[in-house]
Amino acid sequence: MKKLALLMALAAAPAVAQDYTLGDLTIAHPMSFPSAGMTGAGYLAITNTGDVTDRLLAVTADFPRVELHESSMDEDGMMRMEQQDFIEIAAGDTVVLQPGGLHVMFMGLSDPLEVGAEIPATLQFENAGEIDVVFQVEDRPAEGETIDHGEMDHD
Amino acid sequence: MNRWILPTTAAAALVVAGGFAWTTYFSGGDLSECTAGAVAGGAIGGPFTLMDETGREVTDADVITKPTLVYFGYTFCPDVCPIDTQRTGLAIDLLEEQGYDVGSLFISVDPDRDTPEVLANYTDNFHERMVGLTGTREQIDAAARAYKVAYTIGDQSDEYYLVDHTVQTYLMTPEEGFIDFFRRETSAEDMAARTACVIDALS
Ligand SMILES: [Cu+2]
Repeated sequence: MKKLALLMALAAAPAVAQDYTLGDLTIAHPMSFPSAGMTGAGYLAITNTGDVTDRLLAVTADFPRVELHESSMDEDGMMRMEQQDFIEIAAGDTVVLQPGGLHVMFMGLSDPLEVGAEIPATLQFENAGEIDVVFQVEDRPAEGETIDHGEMDHD
Repeated sequence: MNRWILPTTAAAALVVAGGFAWTTYFSGGDLSECTAGAVAGGAIGGPFTLMDETGREVTDADVITKPTLVYFGYTFCPDVCPIDTQRTGLAIDLLEEQGYDVGSLFISVDPDRDTPEVLANYTDNFHERMVGLTGTREQIDAAARAYKVAYTIGDQSDEYYLVDHTVQTYLMTPEEGFIDFFRRETSAEDMAARTACVIDALS
């Protein structure tokens, strides 16, 4: 459902400034929120238009540690973040990193991330290789879990 | 791995996640129309002693002086905690616009990293009147046990350890104690509406 909604949003989206293409991969709208503690979270959407599965293996940025994480809640109501060895993007699929789910975890920030800041980072994919992107630090939306990877009305 | 799961987890899961209707009548009025989830007066909450954002030791009576939204989390949590906490901050603003004065507490389950100073900075990002509380591990365990909160601290030999924790937000009042809880899916609007309903019913 979520995926479908996103795909529709992407289809309807005006061109967004921060989209990237690497081989068969499209990387939409890397962004982050102002940090409140010593960690931050990065979000983006990756679409694989090719015929083979690819994997996001790592993200590097100028922080002491950067990991791929997934937040999830178990049946007892426990919320946990778990490190992911990779994030798989099946052929024809779009994977969305968004609040409350998959995210890039920026750890050990020495200075807070402020709105307007840019976080240069490198994404490493198993097949497609590497690409440099910039995570834009944006205001938290007034409410809600969904970030508009591609449906931003920034125009 | 340091297990800090509290023995009450299973019971808490039943009470908190079950969602069964449990009508409770308080002396002040009938709250059954306000509360969507399970409401069990007295089962959640109780006395605690913690440290506030200024390093001062405080009790529940010091920090719950009006209807108060209580959340347990930790500041190294950049993904989920800010969503929940921002939602609560928005609800407080919505309530204030309607003339309701509601407080909020962010109780850390990560006392080793969440000093009063760190918490003060953290909570200021979400609402100027949100109060962060920390304490010794024993104090936090006692508070978590009272609120049927479970948490698990990861391997602390890694300075970037993670903490698993339950993420309900509790509505407490000084007189009645526990009134209701909000799941993380609850919107700021719903949180504000249910809280306002409770305050009206009790007044
Ligand atoms: Cu994380």
